[in-house]
Amino acid sequence: MNLSLGPLLYYWSRDDVLAFYDEAARWPVARVHLGESVCSRRHLLRLPDWLALAEQLAAAGKEVVLSTQTLIESESDLKTLRRIVADGRFAVEANEWGAVRLLSEAGVTFVAGPTLNVYNPETLDVLAGLGAQRWLPPVEMSRATLASLLEQAPAGIQTEVFAYGRLPLAYSARCFTARHYNLPKDDCQFRCLDHPDGLALATREGAPFLTLNGIQTQSAGVYSLIGELPALRELGVASLRLSPQSRHMGRVVAAFSAALAGEAGAADALARVMPGPAVDGYWHGRAGLEHGMRG
Amino acid sequence: MSLDLVCPAGSLVSLKAAVDNGADAIYMGFRDNTNARAFPGLNFDDAQAAEGLRYAHDRGRKVLLALNTYPQPDTWHRWTGAVDRAAKLGMDAVILADAGLMRYAVKNHPNLRLHLSVQGSATSYEAVNFYREHFGIQRAVLPRVLSLPQVENVVRHTDVEIELFGFGGLCVMVEGRCLLSSYCTGESPNTAGVCSPPKAVQWSDTPSGLESRLNGVLLDRYGKDEKAGYPTLCKGRFEVGGETYYAIEEPTSLNTLDLLPEMLKIGIAAIKIEGRQRSPAYVAQVTKVWRAAIDAVKKNTDGFKPAPAWQAELNKLSEGQSHTLGAYHRPWK
Repeated sequence: MNLSLGPLLYYWSRDDVLAFYDEAARWPVARVHLGESVCSRRHLLRLPDWLALAEQLAAAGKEVVLSTQTLIESESDLKTLRRIVADGRFAVEANEWGAVRLLSEAGVTFVAGPTLNVYNPETLDVLAGLGAQRWLPPVEMSRATLASLLEQAPAGIQTEVFAYGRLPLAYSARCFTARHYNLPKDDCQFRCLDHPDGLALATREGAPFLTLNGIQTQSAGVYSLIGELPALRELGVASLRLSPQSRHMGRVVAAFSAALAGEAGAADALARVMPGPAVDGYWHGRAGLEHGMRG
Repeated sequence: MSLDLVCPAGSLVSLKAAVDNGADAIYMGFRDNTNARAFPGLNFDDAQAAEGLRYAHDRGRKVLLALNTYPQPDTWHRWTGAVDRAAKLGMDAVILADAGLMRYAVKNHPNLRLHLSVQGSATSYEAVNFYREHFGIQRAVLPRVLSLPQVENVVRHTDVEIELFGFGGLCVMVEGRCLLSSYCTGESPNTAGVCSPPKAVQWSDTPSGLESRLNGVLLDRYGKDEKAGYPTLCKGRFEVGGETYYAIEEPTSLNTLDLLPEMLKIGIAAIKIEGRQRSPAYVAQVTKVWRAAIDAVKKNTDGFKPAPAWQAELNKLSEGQSHTLGAYHRPWK
């Protein structure tokens, strides 16, 4: 089982992004997902910049995957998607079925991202037949459901599980960050830049609940399966996805790497750098915001 | 000329109300979690479905079956069984979201007409055309996230008929890509066919006001003069950056009556009314208004103006008594 760095879901300055991946080149991750998968208005890195980063990370020995936009709305979104597919140097993660169409037509092998909604082995088989080599279950899938699915999964396709980070829960045409600032989406003034880990949303009694990240809504709780490595191994999961956060990401990767090596204290080390309360309810077949096995 | 009126039915009485008031097609679900309105006491068993089909077909209307949740591995046969039952009953189409289930339907019932559900989250013509090429879908229902020019661009690049939501509950999130309900309660539209399920709702009268909770999470608190609505997760008031407000969306409904001429011109095949969970009286009233409006826009497209009486009637029925054009109108975003 190895580690994958998921796509950067937030909007950071160009310098911060470059510094982040400069460090990532030295982290013990087998694979790095690059590209803008949330909002087409985010432009501080454009596709040629991502491709240049991809070359650098590949030269550093990382497998590189370009992650595509999850919500495609306009012809210009499709244009970007076509350019990613046409580049051909790197594997591509398809995050909606338009990308699946283009990738399978082009004969490019691909990763079936977590928003393709693969809930059963039949759908996974459809994707495997079209050229998917790796897939991620929806983040809400429980261990038990994943186990049933994998019993009948097509041969040869690798499973990656979202194992760390705030959970991407929903996508909208509306930008909730712009809404917070009473700005129209078309003139959002790129306020996401002020919130490198998203904008916290709490209930009226102050309980952390969600995180607003532009058009994406995430959990406030930080999903972590660091205590579930034996179960993940038993299922035959090939890869664990760690989702970027603005601070201490190197220590997050180090903690998972230590846990994979069976070192004691890895979970405690991770707990010290988590930006919110731990949650893992989904894995146990319960509400996502819950934590721990029910007694 | 198109713009078929597709109306919801959670019961036989609602189905008849929709037919009697001018629906061109009625959509329904079976009585389990194979559809996205899996509420207790709602939906059709086979005998009721057969009677509904007879009633509609005798009057020249169509019946569509929503099978738009995602089949789970252990209960896969519940979904394939539902496709088989739909074919046997003579449904005019099944509305599916899952690619694996579409493959099953094509293989086993090649003459069964397939519609792509809004839960399939197809927002581009590339996605719509994927389902066309691989499974021969005839129609796609678009998520409520595109502006009208974006919808038009989809229509221009596909042979698949496009159906749009016209009225009723407004999902702010891309349908099929929203897990907020399962994050809070363990059940989502994708897996359980419910959003913010009634069994997770708690109301309590407190000194600081009437509180609504979903699985213990405070969604809103109402002052004495405020009207409390159903606690749908995305329509609660929350705190962001020290402000308390409807951070995601107000309790409002979608109403696109004003957009009918444009929808007709760009070649929309059908308008969908949300609300299988609503009462037969609601279905009757909404269907009646929309029938009149669609007939009027077809008769005189450029001179079309929604009658004040229609808007007043629909406003009475809307959530929070207010309505929005949603994402069809760009400033909403």
